[in-house]
Amino acid sequence: MLKISNLHVKLQEEDKEILKGVDLEVPAGAVHAIMGPNGSGKSTMSYVLAGREGYEVTEGSATLDGQDLLSMEPEERAAAGLFLAFQYPVEIPGVGNMTFLRTAVNAQRKARGEEELSAADFLRLVREKAKTLKIDADMLKRPVNVGFSGGEKKRNEILQMAMLEPKMCILDETDSGLDVDAMKLVSDGVNALRDEGRSFLVITHYQRLLDHIKPDVVHIMAAGRIIRSGGPELALEVEHNGYADILTETA
Amino acid sequence: MGALAEKKQGDLAARLAAMDAPARGGAWLEAARAEARARLMAMGLPAARDEYWRFTRPASLNAPTPEPAAPFDDGGEAPMFGEVERLRIVFTDGVFDAAASDPLELAGVEIETLEEAGSRDIHWARDLYGVLETRGHSPVERPFAALNTAFAGAGVVIRVTGRAARPVNLIYRHESDTSDAILHHLVKLEPGADLTLLENGPGAARLSKVLEVDLGAGARFHHVRTQGRDPERTAVTHVFARLAEGATFKSFTLTVNGRLTRNESFVELAGAGAVAHLAGAALGDGAELPFHHDDTVFVTHSAPECESRQVFKKVLRNGAVGVFQGKILVREGAQKTDGYQKSQALMLDDDSTFLAKPELEIYADDVACSHGSTSGAIDEEALFYLRSRGVPERQAANLLVLAFLADAIDEIEDAAIADDIRTRLEGWVKRHRG
Ligand SMILES: Nc1ncnc2c1ncn2[C@@H]1O[C@H](COP(=O)(O)OP(=O)(O)OP(=O)(O)O)[C@@H](O)[C@H]1O
Ligand SMILES: [Mg+2]
Repeated sequence: MLKISNLHVKLQEEDKEILKGVDLEVPAGAVHAIMGPNGSGKSTMSYVLAGREGYEVTEGSATLDGQDLLSMEPEERAAAGLFLAFQYPVEIPGVGNMTFLRTAVNAQRKARGEEELSAADFLRLVREKAKTLKIDADMLKRPVNVGFSGGEKKRNEILQMAMLEPKMCILDETDSGLDVDAMKLVSDGVNALRDEGRSFLVITHYQRLLDHIKPDVVHIMAAGRIIRSGGPELALEVEHNGYADILTETA
Repeated sequence: MGALAEKKQGDLAARLAAMDAPARGGAWLEAARAEARARLMAMGLPAARDEYWRFTRPASLNAPTPEPAAPFDDGGEAPMFGEVERLRIVFTDGVFDAAASDPLELAGVEIETLEEAGSRDIHWARDLYGVLETRGHSPVERPFAALNTAFAGAGVVIRVTGRAARPVNLIYRHESDTSDAILHHLVKLEPGADLTLLENGPGAARLSKVLEVDLGAGARFHHVRTQGRDPERTAVTHVFARLAEGATFKSFTLTVNGRLTRNESFVELAGAGAVAHLAGAALGDGAELPFHHDDTVFVTHSAPECESRQVFKKVLRNGAVGVFQGKILVREGAQKTDGYQKSQALMLDDDSTFLAKPELEIYADDVACSHGSTSGAIDEEALFYLRSRGVPERQAANLLVLAFLADAIDEIEDAAIADDIRTRLEGWVKRHRG
């Protein structure tokens, strides 16, 4: 599904290399987790995949089902099935959450040559998905993420994911800022979407999330590279011992 | 005479020489016109060196004849406010069009044309015509308003005694390339009366318009206007309002296109507890023709416990120019004043200009006044967020443009009218950028 090969990325503005040859492959239907110290490049990688400006790819490639992601516009990547749940969801004053969701859903349908959802169908769908995430009508009416609590913003990301039904979902620290119950809600939301045609890349600092969303593979990223990959036990090791051992081993 | 005064007088003489006197009215109207003309003669026309005209060149408004402006073809769009059950009064190139208008009959309201009212002795009209306009010249002169009072031959006079059964809609059609229209309206709201006034259309190649609104105690006036999308037209408009105790005045203006638009508002909160909200949304693209839009607002708090609110937004691109001059004056004794002023521009490129002069002048000690003026580009983070959800770049930018204008449009009290304006804007913004 997602294949990243020898990806090197530097900042456009300064001569600072952040990703230094990332290799990663997530097969269809799989759940992979990425852990790694602060500043190791996890968010940068997800932004580069989603098409954010400000980065320069100096080497390597990233493909989604064989399509070259890096040459596409952000909206084309989304229409191709890529979704990034932001570590810091953006507030958009003046744009209602509902309007935002409907515009996004229909834009993607249009890009794929599908018919737009009718207002009634859309409403039914949103209400149903919002309910399972305990997002109330008021949050749907308010401007996108404006005045949302940290946890509400994260749930709103998952609502968007549920509405857009992407095939490659990248979750960047969606668990941070969530209380125990919200973590369960969000995990249930993710698990409900698990499907053989859909893959997940879950970026997290905590083993706890991975108790709910069971990963097939855990990767450790450090200093812009994947330095180790293993089974779920790798997350437990990090939880107990931190990164020190892993970092010295590979140094 | 100094060089500046000479220039102002010279421009005025040239302008007057090219003007026709309006049809003779009755004694009170002629007296008011003569008085306005005398005031105008003392002022001369504005000059580029006048402080009040620092950001907007008055030349095209001063000129003896207007720059030609072709009427705009909106491609058969549904008429503005067409969904509203309303009384329509039509002016074509500044001339009252009886055939196109509804009968001037409305429960709770007396309506007449200015010509009619001017030929008889209607005491309230006599006591209002040019009166609020005259008050509006302190501390800055507004020569175009005096010129309007002296030469207006058309308009409506509206007296509201109760709750108007329907909104009154003044429709300004523009058909001639060279029309030079002068319209002057009076609205008097008796205590407790309530009126919604809708205005739409460009009116002429060059339009001069004055609206004097006198609100009695507890009266409510809602005003929504859209200035037409004729890209070549020029306009200078004035709203003079005075609010008695507990009165409410709410005005919203939408401007899309226009070579030159200067909208002046002069609002005096004269009775305790009065509330005045003024809002404007302007959208201009200077690619093919210049776009210059100027909101000049002066709000005076003369009584305690009044609230005033100004929200002005401009979206500018391709060399468009936006101007905001806004002042809140709080007089001695106007304690507990709540004054708010916000002017913002969204610059869609680096070629456009926003010039703002927000001012507060306060002579009372127990007041809460704030003002803020900002200009900025589209929020790249928000744009990326939208695009990452699959919204194409242009559509995402349009959404953010509308979002930027939202809090000005939110000032429209009538939800259906606000929705209508939002929907139209959506279409215009789309086409505009397409
Ligand atoms: N626009 C930028 N300007 C300067 N430095 C940047 C920029 N973007 C990323 N960096 C730097 O790149 C490195 C990687 O940042 P990134 O946000 O990808 O880390 P992360 O692994 O997601 O960290 P965390 O776990 O704290 O979220 C950091 O050192 C960060 O400071
Ligand atoms: Mg991060």
